[in-house]
Amino acid sequence: MSWTKKVLRINLSNGRISSEPLRMDWAGEYLGQRGLATKYLTEEIDPKCDALGPENKLIMTTGPLTGTMAATGGRYSIVTKSPLTGCVACSNSGGFLGAEMKSAGWDMIIFEGKAPKPVFLYLENETAVLVPADEIWGTSCWHADEWIHRKYQDPLLRIAVVGRSAEKGCLYAAVVNDLHRAAGRSGVGTVMASKNLKAVAIRGTRGVGNVRDISAFMAAVNKGKKVLADNAVTGQGLPKYGTQVMMNVINEIGAMPTRNMREVQFEGSNNISGEAMHEPRKSDGKPNLVTNAGCFACTIACGRISTIDRGHFSISNKPHYWGASGGLEYEAAWALGSDIGVDDLDALTYANFLCNEDGYDPISFGSTLAAAMELYEMGVITKKQTGGVELKFGSAEALSWAAEVTAKGEGFGLELGLGSKRLCEKYGHPELSMTVKGQEFPAYDPRGIQGMGLAYATSNRGACHLRGYTVASEVLGVPVKTDPLVTEGKADLVKAFQDATAAVDSTGLCVFTTFAWTMEDIAPQVDAACEGGWSTEKMLETGERIWNLEREFNLAAGITAKDDTLPPRLLKEAAKTGPAKGMVNNLHEMLPKYYEIRGWTKDGVPSKDTRKRLGLNASGLAG
Amino acid sequence: MLKALQIEPEKCTGCLQCEMACSFHADGVFNPSKSRIKIFTFHDEGRFVPYTCTQCSEAWCMHACPVEAIVLNEKTGAKEVLADVCVGCKVCTIACPFGTVNYDQTSKIAYKCDLCGGAPECAKACPTGAITYVDADHTGLARMRGHAAKSANMSAGA
Repeated sequence: MSWTKKVLRINLSNGRISSEPLRMDWAGEYLGQRGLATKYLTEEIDPKCDALGPENKLIMTTGPLTGTMAATGGRYSIVTKSPLTGCVACSNSGGFLGAEMKSAGWDMIIFEGKAPKPVFLYLENETAVLVPADEIWGTSCWHADEWIHRKYQDPLLRIAVVGRSAEKGCLYAAVVNDLHRAAGRSGVGTVMASKNLKAVAIRGTRGVGNVRDISAFMAAVNKGKKVLADNAVTGQGLPKYGTQVMMNVINEIGAMPTRNMREVQFEGSNNISGEAMHEPRKSDGKPNLVTNAGCFACTIACGRISTIDRGHFSISNKPHYWGASGGLEYEAAWALGSDIGVDDLDALTYANFLCNEDGYDPISFGSTLAAAMELYEMGVITKKQTGGVELKFGSAEALSWAAEVTAKGEGFGLELGLGSKRLCEKYGHPELSMTVKGQEFPAYDPRGIQGMGLAYATSNRGACHLRGYTVASEVLGVPVKTDPLVTEGKADLVKAFQDATAAVDSTGLCVFTTFAWTMEDIAPQVDAACEGGWSTEKMLETGERIWNLEREFNLAAGITAKDDTLPPRLLKEAAKTGPAKGMVNNLHEMLPKYYEIRGWTKDGVPSKDTRKRLGLNASGLAG
Repeated sequence: MLKALQIEPEKCTGCLQCEMACSFHADGVFNPSKSRIKIFTFHDEGRFVPYTCTQCSEAWCMHACPVEAIVLNEKTGAKEVLADVCVGCKVCTIACPFGTVNYDQTSKIAYKCDLCGGAPECAKACPTGAITYVDADHTGLARMRGHAAKSANMSAGA
């Protein structure tokens, strides 16, 4: 089984808390986590609803392998309608909260409505209480986390919390758990704050049992761990350098978006790379990186624990930031570094700490700041808006200031909190927003990695690397090497990655395992744990069903094929240097083929046959 | 040969595989809250430290037990709780200076590390070698080897 088969439903408007059985008929079709919660959301809300209104719901959800010994089996997701994109949002996080929720006996927590006053949820196994949060409303994630731990005198409580940025309406606010893990993208934290829900604190002591075939499960789990340990990426590269192992690799192939994606290579990339995080500092001889860290059950341990140089201008008079905390991962190092032209590792780490402390997505923040810097360079944004700060590309001081005002939701920080799309529209230059469907790009330039252009354009949550990471194939050769500069075959590649990832995101496992694992490694673990005959084929079909359901949600929300596109810069301005010099992204060569192999009409709508084949109930989406 | 658990905190990543392996072996569920071995996180220092019973020779828990429910396993050196003898008085939990004997509210008896009868699951599950099961007469061997390697390098470089 592995599912607890229980859903906790919390109506924040009237304070009613109830328990209900998990819809096992849906679990058979959507597995868990991303897939299953999307099914619940699609059935329960109107996709056209105001994402920040009480009619939106926020679902915290685990997968069947969350809380088990399966390597990386500690993930949870937050599924809701995104205020940033208007699409379905599904943000995945590690740390320890997901496993704690499962151990408390719950597959899913569904939050409805809006609390009249700020509250947090205290959940100890079967006991769920909404507690007034007046004393922590208006404080950071880190402060609220500490306050709740102290209140209950329980260091083992696991806490997910939103910060000041979310409360102030930053549209890409995250939900931060365990101090520095985050359900980071698409503004799921903004939705949580809009419901006056400050935090969720969980203590689970029941454990996770009921594995369908425990001896088969342990055999599959142990085999999987060995595959991860023996693989060069998951066994060596990620533990040593974290996801930052990518920085120099991506820069070399000319796919490193730089200065709001004007360029594709960053001259300072080596200074902010995974290798640089190991280099002893001149001031105290210590490296930025203190240690690597694992999330629950993770045998890879790509997490970075870092310190900032105490003499650095950003923190020299702030002892609060002198300790170790979550360090830079590749996407953050890119967004806070290359995309704004800053190569000061300490300044990047400081901004990263602030993203964790007050809960906002470093990718969207960095990318929005990059657009603001370009507007400043053009003279459209001036010192009048910034209060005298020189918002120049390459300025570490500007980065530190911008991160501080965005964290607190003060002054120009409120404008940065709008995200790149709304900011650029406000200042009359929508073409400068490097977004798809309103969400900012991550760290792979689609001129140098063609397949990623299609992956971004068709991602169900807006621009995102985690919806179809064809970088694995186009750059790293996993599972097979393809040429990053050609479009041929990329429609099939993108579809395959999208479907597989949707399935993995529904298990409770981390997608980073797929650097080493194929579905042949994953399906046996799921099948041994769960009823329902989870073969490789069924997993992939489930992934395809999930992808199409998300698409149906977005179509019903008013997103159309017109939104399956890229910013003009990536379609018209050629890469200036590197292997992709002279190239744009040739999306038009891939998109029609993609619709065709998806079984969608030319307007990007799943055909009747596709709906029938996947058992999608489109009538439920009409509302 | 008697063996002992050896813990090297600098190798620990805090993943809790050991806690799950321990609880699964003892109770059949993955439940870190019931693990005999615990990982402590010192967040501001970026340190993870596994901690469990050292199986002391003159075991305080064993001597304190009024009903002789804690006994020495001659084969492994472990001090084991006899579930059917323990009366749940908790004196052992007070006697242990390290806090590694605890009381389980569900079973109403004391529980502690028993080295899994000579094949500790935590050591098997640890992905980084932070927990190993080694010659009890030579628990410093790995550290000695590490330092030996360094001194060899030094003289080679001198």
